Amino acid sequence: MSSFWHDAGSKFNPISSIDYLPRNFLEDIQLHRLQNMVKRVYDNVPFYRQRMDENKVKPEHIQSLKDIKYLPFTVKTDLRDTYPFGLFASPMNEVVRLHASSGTTGKPIVVAYTKEDIDVWCNVMVRSLSACNVDRGDIVQNAYGYGLFTGGLGLHYGVETLGATVIPISGGNTDRQIMILKDFNVTVICCTPSYFVHIIERANELGIDLKSSPLRVGIFGAEPWSEAMRQYIEREANIKAFDIYGLSEIIGPGVGNECICQNGLHIFEDHFYPEIIDPETLEPLPDGEEGELVFTTLSKKAMPMIRYRTRDITSFYNEPCPCGRTIRKIRKISRRSDDMFIIRGVNVFPSQIETALLTVEGSTPHYQIKLTREHGLDQMEIQIEVTKEMFSDRISEMEKLQNKFVQSIERIINIRANVRLVEPHSIPRSEGKAKRVVDLRKI
Amino acid sequence: MKIQQISMFLENKPGRISEPCKILAANNINILTLSLADTQQFGILRLIIQDWQKAKEVLEREGFIVNITEVVATEVEDKPGGLAKILEIIEKEGLNIEYMYAFTFRSGDKAVIVFRFDQPDLAIKALQSKGINVLDSVQLYDKANQ
Repeated sequence: MSSFWHDAGSKFNPISSIDYLPRNFLEDIQLHRLQNMVKRVYDNVPFYRQRMDENKVKPEHIQSLKDIKYLPFTVKTDLRDTYPFGLFASPMNEVVRLHASSGTTGKPIVVAYTKEDIDVWCNVMVRSLSACNVDRGDIVQNAYGYGLFTGGLGLHYGVETLGATVIPISGGNTDRQIMILKDFNVTVICCTPSYFVHIIERANELGIDLKSSPLRVGIFGAEPWSEAMRQYIEREANIKAFDIYGLSEIIGPGVGNECICQNGLHIFEDHFYPEIIDPETLEPLPDGEEGELVFTTLSKKAMPMIRYRTRDITSFYNEPCPCGRTIRKIRKISRRSDDMFIIRGVNVFPSQIETALLTVEGSTPHYQIKLTREHGLDQMEIQIEVTKEMFSDRISEMEKLQNKFVQSIERIINIRANVRLVEPHSIPRSEGKAKRVVDLRKI
Repeated sequence: MKIQQISMFLENKPGRISEPCKILAANNINILTLSLADTQQFGILRLIIQDWQKAKEVLEREGFIVNITEVVATEVEDKPGGLAKILEIIEKEGLNIEYMYAFTFRSGDKAVIVFRFDQPDLAIKALQSKGINVLDSVQLYDKANQ
């Protein structure tokens, strides 16, 4: 057997065989798919065609993978500006599913899938699950939220495609999560890592011993988490904890996943071409250097993405992975090149909070976002400096205002924040500009 | 007939209430009476001050949020049933009291009730027609300084 198929413990699975291809075979596939995709979007998506014309690049200029650097970047605001369907490359009668996630301001961003796209998603999810040693016979409790968020359904259909058993419990109601986990002999759990910490703490309170349960694997994503948190989870629940990476704009969960080496996330490069660029100069960086992760979807039909800037900061591993997979690995995401933060698995931009406050008051008051974590659960407090216009001598009016802020924020980001009205000038300013987000969470 | 009340926003945390009092003292401004309404997070301090313009100016200079609210001050006999009589009139007229507070002068047998009404003008008319003494600011501070 070829050394490329060297296996450090996980079973060889035909569906994930592409993960072990010799690099030159993989690169042939990538180039072929890239050329087709670029031609397709140039012909079908006016937005990309215009951008490419502006950059004076034609589909036929893409002769090698390196030529990708001539293609224009796509950013999140492009999705907002083309809301809702402006970036679709397939006619609506081929689109079988829409998801949406919160955008940078009021409007969400929309992503679309054809039947083939769903198949690709299932394929990468199966490869993700296989990389974590999940197989038929496993009982998977999927505590990611079901709905417009890609996490729930992405995992769900991946588990079904693999042939394991999925419990579509969705998020929330921790006591019921623990009951099901115990009663159904669950072996795999999927949720945000902070939520699983909450489950551990609640189980301890209830006197339920997770360590002796059949639970053996956790697949955690949708927010950054540290090695320390992994060690805590693995020790307290006696499981193996794996990091899954994804973003709706590219496909959802399953863009990359850790293998049993738990040292970096393999990117499913045959579908998502990764680059790491300098976020300032936008030039591609040599392998191993830290920069912003950029993806080009190679096979997506409904909504291809060209050089989408994720804003996630990471770097490539240069060394081959002992698991034998030849697809490249990135380091765990440590930070971002923008001001986005993640709370309870939901991406939030300060600009969204600003929009919410603006809707209530007609102007943006001075505010600060304080993030804390209590028993594994993220808490968000928005401190708002009271202005003369907001102030009333009546408590009822002030409480009404407070509630309006809470509701306005909830309408935009779907999360209930605590709103605290504070005195003017009580939020510290640095260089005239306030620090918008104070993150006190231990991650 | 209405009295100007200073209303201030304060955070509910130790030391906050003494701050405006210190500022007023430093500027030699006397507080006739005050009332504090609070929630877990914040409070609203209401002050009756003769020189309310100056008080507003110095408090705002120190960065406080200050509003001027028009309230109605009525005199009431400082004995059982005194307040009940006034409230009955207000109730019968179907007027809404946002909040109220009371204080007494150093001398005399009268107390003063300060009302914040939705419709102060209607309230004044109703109270006066039933013989209740509604104090204007001149009367109020005259009595206070006696």
